[in-house]
Amino acid sequence: MNINLTLIAQLVSFAVFVWFVMKFVWPPMVKAMEERKARIADGLAAAERGVHEKELAEQAAREKLHEAKQQSAEILARAEKRAAEIVDEAKEQARVEGERILAAARIEAEQELNKAKEALRQKVGELAVAGAEKILRREIDASAHKEILDELAQQL
Amino acid sequence: MASGETITSSEYISHHLTNLVYGRFPDGHWGLAHSAEEAKEFGFWAIHLDSMFWSIVLGLLFSYFFWKAAKSATAGVPGKLQNFVEMMVEFVDNSVKGSFTGRNPLVAPLALTIFVWVFLMNLMDLVPVDLIPRIAGWLGIHYMKVVPSTDPNVTFALALGVFLLILYYSIKIKGVGGFIGELTGQPFQTENWLLRPIFFVINLILEGVGLLAKPLSLSLRLFGNMYAGEMIFILISLMYGAGWVLGLFGGALQFVWAVFHILVITLQAFIFMTLTIVYLDMAHSEHH
Repeated sequence: MNINLTLIAQLVSFAVFVWFVMKFVWPPMVKAMEERKARIADGLAAAERGVHEKELAEQAAREKLHEAKQQSAEILARAEKRAAEIVDEAKEQARVEGERILAAARIEAEQELNKAKEALRQKVGELAVAGAEKILRREIDASAHKEILDELAQQL
Repeated sequence: MASGETITSSEYISHHLTNLVYGRFPDGHWGLAHSAEEAKEFGFWAIHLDSMFWSIVLGLLFSYFFWKAAKSATAGVPGKLQNFVEMMVEFVDNSVKGSFTGRNPLVAPLALTIFVWVFLMNLMDLVPVDLIPRIAGWLGIHYMKVVPSTDPNVTFALALGVFLLILYYSIKIKGVGGFIGELTGQPFQTENWLLRPIFFVINLILEGVGLLAKPLSLSLRLFGNMYAGEMIFILISLMYGAGWVLGLFGGALQFVWAVFHILVITLQAFIFMTLTIVYLDMAHSEHH
């Protein structure tokens, strides 16, 4: 237990080591550790934010999909309705057209009939006249019917 | 054994417990002591070269590695050295945060220095007791005490450093009057004018003893533990010279004691650090 100059020398070296650690070791270490802590915290927060955002995006996608399905169903329904309408329209048109054609055919037929009747009438008249001429040639007596012929000629 | 000659057990032990002393001889010239008696004659004007050498080498080792880690410390992925240093820093930081309530940028680095330095000085205890003295003997150095913390000068220097800081911060935080008031105004208090001076003296004695006990207990605890541990290693190593049965037994004993000592050296370093923090916390807080 001999205390001597070593005590003072040790005290000085102790002070120097403490000063060194305080100056060059502790602050950079603590700074680096704090920085890493902050970085990890940031990373965790970002990850959490990412998860949240993903959830939001998923929900948005679900909504979009739902909307799209609804829209497509609507479009389909409208298209079906339109198709039915077109078919109906076409039917109506066809019916009208058919009626028109029918009416036209009827009129034509009537005209044809009338024409035929006229022709027939003419023919009958001609035949009657021809028949009557033949009969008349054989039986007519110019003198006996001179009066009638004259009368006719007069009327003409 | 240390010098290869046949020597008695007591010579062996005292040889191991003698420092390499450089000092001023009574006739005025400076030189190395060649015996414990010569070293005693130096009185105060002597320096333990072995304690100084090992403590400073260990201190430089500690400073260098920690500085190396601190210099390249990144907030990214840390390397192995940085990891280790961070672990130590975190451990000390937690200890400081747990015990120290004030704000002082000195306390944590101080605690780290004390813990690591004292631990390294204690660690020298685990080096086989004859190894380094034998090597030193070959190099012509007769005395070599390799565990600095078995030198009371070293432990007292540490404790004195802490004590000076206690005094400094007590006066800085509380003022001279506040510090004296703390030393004299408690534990006994009175309104009686006659009793006041008596209580003043009694308080000063009680608190003064309490104050002085801090550095004394700090240094003596570390010194005592390390000195005793070293002594036991020396005693065990004596067995190696007493036949192969005792030698074998000694080997087993040394192993067991060394394993136990790992705990002791760490614990002593930790206690020194923790008490330093606590004492400085007391110096900072205006209690009572």
